Amino acid sequence: MDWGTLHAFIGGVNKHSTNIGKVWITVIFIFRVMILVVAAQEVWGDEQEDFVCNTLQPGCKNVCYDHFFPVSHIRLWALQLIFVSTPALLVAMHVAYYRHETARKFRRGEKRNEFKDLEDIKKQKVRIEGSLWWTYTSSIFFRIIFEASFMYVFYFLYNGYHLPWVLKCGIEPCPNLVDCFISRPTEKTVFTIFMISASVICMLLNVAELCYLLLKVCFRRSKRAQAQRNHPNYALKESKQNEMNELISDSGQNAITGFPS
Amino acid sequence: MSWMFLRDLLSGVNKYSTGTGRLWLAVVFIFRLLVYIVAAEHVWKDERREFECNVRQPGCETVCFDHFFPISQVRLWALQLIMVSTPSLLVVLHVAYREGREKRHRKKLYVSPGMMDGGLWYTYIISLIVKTGFEIGFLVLFYKLYDGFRVPYLLKCDLQPCPNTVDCFISRPTEKTIFILFLIITSCLCMVLNFIELSFLVLKSHPVRWLNLRERLQSHELITH
Repeated sequence: MDWGTLHAFIGGVNKHSTNIGKVWITVIFIFRVMILVVAAQEVWGDEQEDFVCNTLQPGCKNVCYDHFFPVSHIRLWALQLIFVSTPALLVAMHVAYYRHETARKFRRGEKRNEFKDLEDIKKQKVRIEGSLWWTYTSSIFFRIIFEASFMYVFYFLYNGYHLPWVLKCGIEPCPNLVDCFISRPTEKTVFTIFMISASVICMLLNVAELCYLLLKVCFRRSKRAQAQRNHPNYALKESKQNEMNELISDSGQNAITGFPS
Repeated sequence: MSWMFLRDLLSGVNKYSTGTGRLWLAVVFIFRLLVYIVAAEHVWKDERREFECNVRQPGCETVCFDHFFPISQVRLWALQLIMVSTPSLLVVLHVAYREGREKRHRKKLYVSPGMMDGGLWYTYIISLIVKTGFEIGFLVLFYKLYDGFRVPYLLKCDLQPCPNTVDCFISRPTEKTIFILFLIITSCLCMVLNFIELSFLVLKSHPVRWLNLRERLQSHELITH
């Protein structure tokens, strides 16, 4: 079990996301998970071994390292990626529940005119409306909250995003104020800024997706209200209008082929 | 989840590329990605452990290493590989968008969603330009950061807390220089392939595109992308 497992979970959600959601998934896996695995883990690999303090006192280096790095950057990023990816599972669970209910009704003989068989129900793409819209929007909202919280925790724990090359430490059992040197501080700062930027981009994508979903709902409601005012026999025309809306304004329901899902 | 993920993503690009594009992919997979994974990573593995300065002052080695290697060459190589590969995904996204549109309208809108005409041609050209831009950018960054492409065997360092100007020795400087030269050559080869592909696409479609544009203007039709 590794990052591939998360990829398998989230890839399944890809089918039911908007276009912005699909871009978000790409950014997460290429610019954050991949960078973490192939580059950042190597940079932080020797962080404790090469943390050197200017003292021979046993235990001083351990105590100082623990004081300055309560949780390593790498572990914080891994947790952030897991927390930020999991709200998407809410959507997956909702879709699975919806399909289960539809299959149950089909077996009772209720939706025979809509679907040919059970396979058809499984293949049908579920649209983001009704209760699924609320689930999807809440998942995006939670993603934004988690991203912002982890960025704040980072800032709070390490007093900013820049790593100094020397730290002064005077904790027991260090005999006096000793100089402690972090290994590769510049490289670590570069990667920290890279990961923070990727985090900010993901947050902006989530905000854009949220605005898109809200605008879509307002647009649909205003069209319906306008149609009801203008046409008395609106109910007859509504089905045709819905089909037009589907064609014109609903550009967020594409399935991307060739993407691992 | 590692380089295999990138490899799987890029394999999907193969279907929609030109012949030169496929050659470019092969060069990237074999001469850059494979060489990186099986060789280059191991050459730089012990770079910090084997970096030695002629001093016993704690912290001097750490500070000197950080000064001479703000970001490791092998990490720059990895970032370059990732950045150079991702513009190709724009083409995959565009083709998928076209296929989605055809499915929704339930009729044939394009000769073939993967055929390079209309907007897909522009997307492909943009992806080539961005790829070349990244290649040049990373080579310039490499040159600026390390004062050239050679790795010296000895560096002089007098930063705090080093007591005086100390000699610091880099591990495997010759092997690292050879691999960096290899990286430069494959990078230049990929850039040349990108230029060839760009010229080929522009020259091939130039008469056809202008003819289409005139026809379109005459009949007041807009081909949507």
